[in-house]
Amino acid sequence: MTAAESTGSDLVAELLDGKHRALARVITKIENRSPGYRDIVSRLHAHTGTADVIGVTGSPGAGKSTLVDKLAKTYRDRGDTVGVIAVDPSSPYTGGAVLGDRIRMASNVGDMDVFFRSMSARGTLGGLSTATSDAVKALDAFGKDKVIIETVGAGQNEVDIVRTADTVCVLVQPGSGDDVQMLKAGILEIGDVFVVNKADMDGAERTVAELEEMIHMRENPAAGLNTGHHGPVDDEEMAEVAIDEPDAEAWDPEVVRTVATGGEGVDELIDTLAAHAEWLRESGRIEDKARGRYAEEIRQLVRSDTAALLEEVIDARGGIEALADDVLAKETDPYSVADELVGPVRDCVDEELDR
Amino acid sequence: MSTQEREEGRQIRCLIAKVGLDGHDRGAHVISRAFRDAGFEVIYSGLHRAPDEIVQAAVQEDVDVLGISILSGAHNTLVPKIVAGLEEYDAFEDTMILVGGIIPDDDREELLEMGVAAVFGPGTPMAETIEFVRENVPDRD
Repeated sequence: MTAAESTGSDLVAELLDGKHRALARVITKIENRSPGYRDIVSRLHAHTGTADVIGVTGSPGAGKSTLVDKLAKTYRDRGDTVGVIAVDPSSPYTGGAVLGDRIRMASNVGDMDVFFRSMSARGTLGGLSTATSDAVKALDAFGKDKVIIETVGAGQNEVDIVRTADTVCVLVQPGSGDDVQMLKAGILEIGDVFVVNKADMDGAERTVAELEEMIHMRENPAAGLNTGHHGPVDDEEMAEVAIDEPDAEAWDPEVVRTVATGGEGVDELIDTLAAHAEWLRESGRIEDKARGRYAEEIRQLVRSDTAALLEEVIDARGGIEALADDVLAKETDPYSVADELVGPVRDCVDEELDR
Repeated sequence: MSTQEREEGRQIRCLIAKVGLDGHDRGAHVISRAFRDAGFEVIYSGLHRAPDEIVQAAVQEDVDVLGISILSGAHNTLVPKIVAGLEEYDAFEDTMILVGGIIPDDDREELLEMGVAAVFGPGTPMAETIEFVRENVPDRD
């Protein structure tokens, strides 16, 4: 056993034992891709699967952090433990970042059972969503009942992160645009629950109406047949519906109003999140989601490992710049270079698959 | 170590903390921004934090550097509480503590003996602080 492995197994034991320091250190190793981190995540895997994972996204200023703070507080009041991962952007030039969401966690200061961790968008090639989902596993294995991932909904990366959640909650600010903006925003398609925060502001009702209309438009016409609305449907009805119209059991996204600063609507939001979690379990979608996530995770890992192997091949051939120089000098072309580099790998694959 | 691991490597994480009653955080903002521009990840605590809150944040965020900014003169009571809190979570050994602000010369020695790595008074060039962090950040496995 190498030194990295032995500290890794100590850390895992301490994490499972409830030591905050170990949890914090494991997340750091995950973020840094430190030697031995994969081994740690592998060991944690068997201990995961009990937390409800909730993604919270929305444009900057929508009040995500304040709402997450109140959610965490309300969960704590109900006796649940909470983990929060807040993802903030980092500078593409220096890699530096100011991770500012912690300031708004005012309701939970001094309560170690709310474990709040800031992460920045350091990685490339989907690295952030891998790191985030590994950090979620650490919190899950630690025993957190609820894990909340908070991220600014600005681009593809953020959509990926939020997809690592079981339930996705999209925050919308009143007056954040006309109905064309709503149509444009791709992020609206991933929401299970929509929250109109700052619902005491002018224009809140209009935003709610626009959201409801948009959700209605995207609905499968058959979904209207589901009279059970959003609540759990009984088994018989479910079975009946499932036979002739599988889509009829689709989740019908809800719109919830909140005023996060005063905590209004937070209980309703929690009930809606619970209803979605319940629906996921009863409909069996929770397994589908997990399967889909693991499949994506495996692909991601295989892709990055393969890329790393090929980087080594490139290094061994004198580096990418030397290869580019050959192309520049018209001695060869990019396709031929790629072919030469990948050729040996292809041969191994052919042999492995017995072709 | 794969190429990806080499590229992503280690990142210096800092918590810039305002502790106690003083209400001026311009200096804390300036240092946060300078650290960010130096490529560090900076977590800013916000004003009026209790020592417990700072300890909680430092432990959960697993920061390499804890920069405490104090202008109120309460450093002699607040800093020891933070040190004790970090010790309680086994986080004291590998967290570098810096103190910035108005610290009388007589108190400097005391803070350094307590385990503070450096005290930076008004007018310290930003580059000097950044260099100090880069050179003295605790080595971890």
